[in-house]
Parts: sequence; structure tokens; C-alpha cells
Amino acid sequence: MSTINDNKIWPLLNFETFEKQLNGQAESPLHDLRKKAIERFSEMGFPTMRKEAWRFTNISPVEQQSFKLDAGDVPVSLDEIKPFLLNENDPVQLVFVNGVFKPELSEIHVKDGIVVQNLGQAIKDDPERVLTYLKKNENVFDYEFSALNTAFMKEGAFIYIPKNVVFDKPIHLLYISRAKDTEIVSHPRNLIVAETNSQATIMESYAGWNNEVYFSNPVTDVVLGENAIVHHYKVQRESEKAYHIALQHIHQERSSHFASYSFSIGAAISRNDIHNVLDGEGCDSVLNGLYLAHDRQVVDTHSLIDHAQPHCNSREVYHGILDDKAKTVFSGKIHVRKDAQKTDAIQSNKNILLSEEATVDTQPQLEIFADDVRCTHGGTVGQIDNNGVFYLRSRGIGEIKARNIMIHAFAGEIFNEVKFDSVRELMDDLVLSHLEDGHLKHS
Amino acid sequence: MLTIKNLHASVEGNEILKGIDLEVKAGEIHAIMGPNGSGKSTLASVLAGREEYEVTDGSVDFDGSDLLDMDPEDRAREGLFLAFQYPVEIPGVNTSYFLRTALNEKLDYQGKDKISAGAFLKLLREKMKLVQMDEKFLKRAVNEGFSGGEKKRNEILQMAVLEPKLAVLDETDSGLDIDALKIVANGVNTLRSKDNAVIVVTHYQRLLDYIVPDYVHVLYKGKIVKSGDKTLARELEKQGYDWLKEQEPAAANV
Repeated sequence: MSTINDNKIWPLLNFETFEKQLNGQAESPLHDLRKKAIERFSEMGFPTMRKEAWRFTNISPVEQQSFKLDAGDVPVSLDEIKPFLLNENDPVQLVFVNGVFKPELSEIHVKDGIVVQNLGQAIKDDPERVLTYLKKNENVFDYEFSALNTAFMKEGAFIYIPKNVVFDKPIHLLYISRAKDTEIVSHPRNLIVAETNSQATIMESYAGWNNEVYFSNPVTDVVLGENAIVHHYKVQRESEKAYHIALQHIHQERSSHFASYSFSIGAAISRNDIHNVLDGEGCDSVLNGLYLAHDRQVVDTHSLIDHAQPHCNSREVYHGILDDKAKTVFSGKIHVRKDAQKTDAIQSNKNILLSEEATVDTQPQLEIFADDVRCTHGGTVGQIDNNGVFYLRSRGIGEIKARNIMIHAFAGEIFNEVKFDSVRELMDDLVLSHLEDGHLKHS
Repeated sequence: MLTIKNLHASVEGNEILKGIDLEVKAGEIHAIMGPNGSGKSTLASVLAGREEYEVTDGSVDFDGSDLLDMDPEDRAREGLFLAFQYPVEIPGVNTSYFLRTALNEKLDYQGKDKISAGAFLKLLREKMKLVQMDEKFLKRAVNEGFSGGEKKRNEILQMAVLEPKLAVLDETDSGLDIDALKIVANGVNTLRSKDNAVIVVTHYQRLLDYIVPDYVHVLYKGKIVKSGDKTLARELEKQGYDWLKEQEPAAANV
């Protein structure tokens, strides 16, 4: 940190460049927030392992690289991104390359007053409206990397579902990184607003080409009005040399329902923070996740479910499958405030180790200040059920296939409930191709 | 079909099977009876290829091949089937997918074309009638949340789909009520032919009222101490297994 003044760390250098490029927009009310954000970030600096929240994950490789905001003109064709798209008729998709919105790759067919656009456009059109919803995320400066994201907030998705409107198709936000020779950083910012009684499904994908080194630092703010329903899917399939650090902040009002399915398979180091505030009576939150890690991948999930009001339910189930020297961290905090009586919170994290050298740190944390609540949690680390493998083999199924069926089934428990075939099949194909490639095969 | 000679097997250094000799021909039903701990289930597990059991001596010939030299999956593909005493629950794998995969692996091994989804469903429906299983089971995960009787019926369903040459039923009757027992027995009897054989491992004579054996063997302390026809089972039912203990010194000298 002592280097900030004499030898500026890359985010601060990037910010100077960024401000110059903003031109007229540097005067908007949004920009005050950006300036505050970079100040906060420079105060906090990159987190070290001395910080409780980063105790198990060493993020210094991100600090030590010198990431650039601009990779120059790197063309990406529709054919190249096809493998990352959802198999839907008339898809709705926003595509970003190196953090920059690409209208020519995007498809936006929406009606009933629904807004699906680049955040940059939304800021131009109505900065006050954007700011109003951003303020629902009161925790943005609690996280170093979300402060950093906020400093560079410009590109990303703005999705607005008006009152009583139901949109029954996944809106796909695809972030492609194509670094080539430049080590690029992008700070996607997604703002998703579902007004009273509305319903929508959002999917975020982060993808890149293997062996490319880059850094994705997205933040997604989801704001649910009363009785709104949002299903959220995330597929993180970055290059295995990339870094991915993300925050999802979900703010729920009375009787709203949020369901999230998060799938991590890529990146050298990935970190997902989920901060879910249940800020009205009778909210429901489902947070499901699956991570597959091999080689020396590090996958870190931190969630905080803030039960601020009574009669809310939260369900969190994360499954992990680790091979080689992979390392995963799961830290799930459930915070039940004094007034949040009748809270019903269930949390579980199960891990299968396919190698003796893989490591898992799983730590559920309950902070309960109400007296009439039900909170349960559990974390397990084990091997593939050998009785199951033998049972399958005894029916004529070969050993490798039997093991793969067991792994696939364990993974499938997380996403089998995904409502949209296109999303479920994409997740399923990713698991299967990972197994077929032999990434997860050891005993 | 199956020739077991002087089979010795141990688990964690303890010898459980101490020299088994058994010959099973096509078309025959053999019952293996005996008190708890006599080695009945060990014999079934060794035949199926469970890795925890170490064969220390002897041989098992299955239709001209050395059974003990084969992986569990190849034993199954060659036509051996073990109905488990405790069928395993496999969350996340639905029964229909599981059975189709197993059948296709066998067809593939035999150099035959895989079965289409449509043809398989037709076959499966037919076989399910045999064990009176409801179609809703097909979509459920293998054995997950099944009652004891449902699990055992599921074993017989698998047997019906895979059509083994030799089926080994390991205490398939334990814990079954009389209705479930009849369904299981009826399934086995319907599948019986002059080309296949069945080994029924059981503690009780009751199942043998419904699956009538050609031969009954008594297993005690890792050896077959007595063999006879179906009347031997009746005798055992009357006398219990206590008489074995009196004969022990003699049995040890066999």
C-alpha cells in the first residue's frame, strides 16, 4: 500500500485514463459516485490474507499484474460466440467484448415497457433513475472489488421490468474476454430492477479463450419490488488463466422471491460474493451453486444472507467437485436481525474430492439475534460413493463411466430444477464435456 | 455354467470362505442357506467382484472364462447378475436412464446396436408389469426413497431388463412381506429358462416355497457342509441351524 503515492497501483492509473475518456460525462451525478469509489478503493487497497474475508484466498496475483482497460480493436464474430449462447428462439441477449457493449452481437426484442440496454445508455438517458436503484445496494463499499467496479461503472446491463409485467424468457448477458496479448480488465456493472408483481429471468455468462490472462470484475445489483420474482443464473467459464471476482447484491422487498443458480468452472482464481438482503416480510431466497475445479484452480464463494425482516425463508445449497490440487472455499453467513422472527434458513455445502491433494475450506456462520427462528447448516467433504460406483459396475457400466455418472448426478442435483431447458442443457453440457475431457477422473 | 473350486476368500485378513466347491448348470436353481455369518453374502459379493474381498485360493469358471480375472462390469456384461441384499441409493440418477445405460453397455459389449429410447421404453414398460412397479419410479432417482420392498422389486426389474445367464439373489427375501415376496418370486420364475440359472442365497425357507430349488446347499463357517434337494430346506426350517454346531467337528474334517 505504501506504493500508492510514489508508484501508483494499476487501478489508479487506469482511473486517470478512464476519466479522460469520459469527456462530457465526467460531470454527471454518477461520476461523483465513481470518484468516491476510487477514493474508497485506494484507502482499502487490495485485500490481503490478513483480512478475515480473504483468509483462504491469496489474491496478490491480481494486484501484481498490470491490467489494462483497453485491448484495442479485437474483433469477435457471432460464430465465435455461438458456443456460449443459449439455444433459444428469438433470444434476448446483450453481448459485451472486453467489457464493451456490442450492439451488432446483441438481440433485444422486448415489449410491455421492459428496458434492456447498456448501462452506459441508461446513465445518459436518466442518471437519476440509475442512481436511485444503485442506492439500494448499501454494501457496495464493504467490498474492495465492488468499490473498484463502481469507480469504473459504465458498461453493463440495465434491465427494468415494470410493475405487473411478466417476461418468460431468459435475458442473457454475455461477457466475452478476448485479451490476445493485452492483459485486460473489465468491470461490468449490471443493474436489474424488477418492480412490484413483475417476473423475469436473467442469465449472466462470463467466458474467454483458454490460456488468455485477463481479469473480470463484475458487480450485479438486483432490486426486487414487492411480490416480484427473479430467477438468476450465472455461468462462469472464464479462461483457466483468468481471474474472476464478482459481487451479486440482491435487495428484496416484501414477499419477493429470488432464486439463483451459480455455476463456476473456469478461471485460475474466482471469487463470488453474494450479499442478499431480505428487507421485507415473507421473502424467499434460493441460492444454489455448483463449482468444478481441477488443476490448481481456486474457487471461493462467500455469501451473506441478511434476514432483516420476519417470516423470510432462505435456502442455500452449494456442491463442489474438486480434482488435482484445486482449492475451494465456501463461507456462508446467515445473519438474523433482532426483529426477524420466524426466520427459516437452511444452508448446506457438500464437496467431493477426487484427489488427495485438493483442499476444501467450508465454514458456515450463523449470527442470530432473534429468538424464534430455525437455522440449520452443514458442510461435508467426502469421496465418490464407492458403493454406488460398484452398484453401477455390477450392472455392466464401465468404471470410468460409473464414476462420471456419480459425479454428474451430484452436480445435477444443483441445476436439475432450472426451469429453462436452454439454461439447464447448457449447464449439463458443460459438466459432461468437462468429464469427457478427463478433467475430473482420478480416484 | 458356473464351476467353483476350492474357493477361499478373506476380508481385512479374516478368512470367510474356506474352500467352496459348487457346480451350477444351465436351467438349474440352487439355494444356498445357512446361519448368519456363515459366508453366504461373501460368496455372492465375491462372485460379483466386490473389491473389499480378496480371493486367496481356488477358481471360478463362468461359461469357460475365468470369472475372478474379470472386472465387475465385464462379469455383468458376460451375463452375471447380483441382486443386492442392500440395493444402493444413487441420488440424481434416474432409474430409466440407469437401466438404459446398463443395457446399452451390454449390447455394445456384445457388438450389437444400442437400443433406441422408444424401443427401450416399450421394453421397460413390459418388464415393469412383471414386478408390478408403477411408471412413476422411472423418473425417480435409483432406489432413493424407495421402501425395502420397492428396492427389491427394482432389483428384479433390472434383472428382467438385463436378462442374465446367471442370477445371484442375495437375501432378496429379507424384510419382504408376503405380497412383495410373491411378486419377486413370480418375477424370477417368469424369467427362468433352460438356458439360465439362479442361485438363491437365503436365511429362510419361506422364499423356496415360491422359487423351488433343484438343489439346496448348507453353508457353515465358510464351507458347504451339506447338499440335498428341496426337502433339505424343509428339514432346516424344522430343525433350525443348531444341529450344525453338533456336527462341527465332523464338518471340519470334510
